[in-house]
Amino acid sequence: MPVIATTALTKRYPRVTALDELTVEVGSGVTGLVGANGAGKSTLLKILLGLIAPTAGSAIVLGHDVVTGGEAVRALVGYMPEHDCLPPDVSATEFVVHLGQMSGLPATAARERAADVLRHVGLDEARYRPMGGYSTGMKQRVKLAQALTHDPKLVLLDEPTNGLDPAGRDEMLALVRRIGTEFGIPVLITSHLLGELEHVCDHIVVLDGGRLLRSESKAALTGETGVLAVEVRDLGGRDRLGAALDRAGARARPDGPLVLVEITGEETYDVVRDTVAELGLGLVRIEQHRHRLEEVFSV
Amino acid sequence: MSDQLRPPAAGVIHDIGYRHYDGPRLGRFAITQALTVSSLRHAYGLGRSGKSKVMPILLLAVMVVPVAIMVGIENALQFDNPPLSQMRYIFFLQAVIALYLASQAPQLFSRDLRYGSIVLYLARPLRRTDYALAKLTALALALMVLMGLPMVILYAGALLAKFDFTLMTKEFLSGLVTALLLSILLAAIGGLIAAATPRRGFAVAAIIAVLIVSFTAVTVVTAILDPEGTHRDVASRYANLGSPFSLVEVLASFVLRGGGDWVPNTTQGLVFAAVYLLVVAGCCWGVNARYAKVARG
Repeated sequence: MPVIATTALTKRYPRVTALDELTVEVGSGVTGLVGANGAGKSTLLKILLGLIAPTAGSAIVLGHDVVTGGEAVRALVGYMPEHDCLPPDVSATEFVVHLGQMSGLPATAARERAADVLRHVGLDEARYRPMGGYSTGMKQRVKLAQALTHDPKLVLLDEPTNGLDPAGRDEMLALVRRIGTEFGIPVLITSHLLGELEHVCDHIVVLDGGRLLRSESKAALTGETGVLAVEVRDLGGRDRLGAALDRAGARARPDGPLVLVEITGEETYDVVRDTVAELGLGLVRIEQHRHRLEEVFSV
Repeated sequence: MSDQLRPPAAGVIHDIGYRHYDGPRLGRFAITQALTVSSLRHAYGLGRSGKSKVMPILLLAVMVVPVAIMVGIENALQFDNPPLSQMRYIFFLQAVIALYLASQAPQLFSRDLRYGSIVLYLARPLRRTDYALAKLTALALALMVLMGLPMVILYAGALLAKFDFTLMTKEFLSGLVTALLLSILLAAIGGLIAAATPRRGFAVAAIIAVLIVSFTAVTVVTAILDPEGTHRDVASRYANLGSPFSLVEVLASFVLRGGGDWVPNTTQGLVFAAVYLLVVAGCCWGVNARYAKVARG
């Protein structure tokens, strides 16, 4: 059973349609929700939490309808909002314990869980200090910890890498990956940067203007294409190779230092090998070309 | 290698991995209760930074110290009668109560809006009505503590001084009823104003303005309508509806059949009661509507 399933989900505001007949399923593991600003990502998360009602269509989260069972959904889901949400005058420990109780944990259990999750997100000595003095990276960690403190069955992370430096970004993404795999909690993570989701997600959902652009496993999205990338020693060699391949009947085009050759069958490999040998070029590498998500998105 | 010979350090933390929680999960009622308790603690700065304890504790001291001194004096000098009733004491120190409301209502209401933490509450099982109700209850209880503590001291002092037990108990209970009526009304008004703005300063100023301006207006209007202070003039009586403090003073006199400067007749009393209920209900509705808007945004 999918963790999240929406059917023709639509949200219209007086002047704008935020979601337009969105039908999508999200399973276990880490799912990336990608789209430009205003693509409807945050609206979708709010509907999934039962905070706003859809105009039409339905959404089932963990077996509960979000309109009639919002409360049950919120008890089982952890949510990390995009924007700042931490009061500066309490400590991380105090705050996460409190929010654990707000999710229905008894006081002692809330304390234990808070200590556990703060350790998992890597917030050590600082957790007893008021949060006003925290760096952005530490604040993001607390925000993630509060989403995990009640051991949810699904976490929704709204742009968790926002405002982080490259090192912090990598750590946060590694943490997200761990939640999806080691912790065994399904994750829905939004981002407007495709590159960063490439490494952590099993599945990618691409939204554009409130509509579903694509929903595929990452393997399918970035899967092998029928293109062979060949790199030879110098740029002159690249042009000569390109021309020679054309003459041999293969479809080739230059791309930066590479020559991209369309694979038409087993013989393409032989043609490339023979042509390079005939021209006496220094072969640097020859590999099957993989799409990157940027290319998928630009299509 | 010497490393291999060294005994394992005493305080090694073993990474036991992620542990799932399969204990009990409490329902809405228990969560609301937990939020009320923590909000009440926050209203006195408990569990928050040292700086945020200063104002509430200072104001509590201002409420308590005079009665403590008074109790000391009435016991030392063996007064025959208590110098001040509980009910009078509240209205005597209403400026302190107003200040407390102005300083703490924004802590309970504006704070979550200003720092965005309201989102984290709304994403949890609690309904927004539960959240609003828990905050309003906590504020009313905090005001109850502020007014109740000096009353308890006055009562204990009166018993120590061996004043008439029945009379003292009656006064004490009347005081508590008045304090409860006032706490609920002030919490509703202060809560609505504080929930309306994420800016703490605005909320503080607005609450002070509403309480002080309304009370001054009532005092001036009654003085004009009833220059001799006989409390007979009907219009001047109804003028007391204009401020929370005078409204509660009259309502308490009506409910308790005495204690204030004058006792309203039944019609007047019912009007005061109706206005009281309307204001409380309206403010609670307003707070709730405000959070409904926040949840959508």
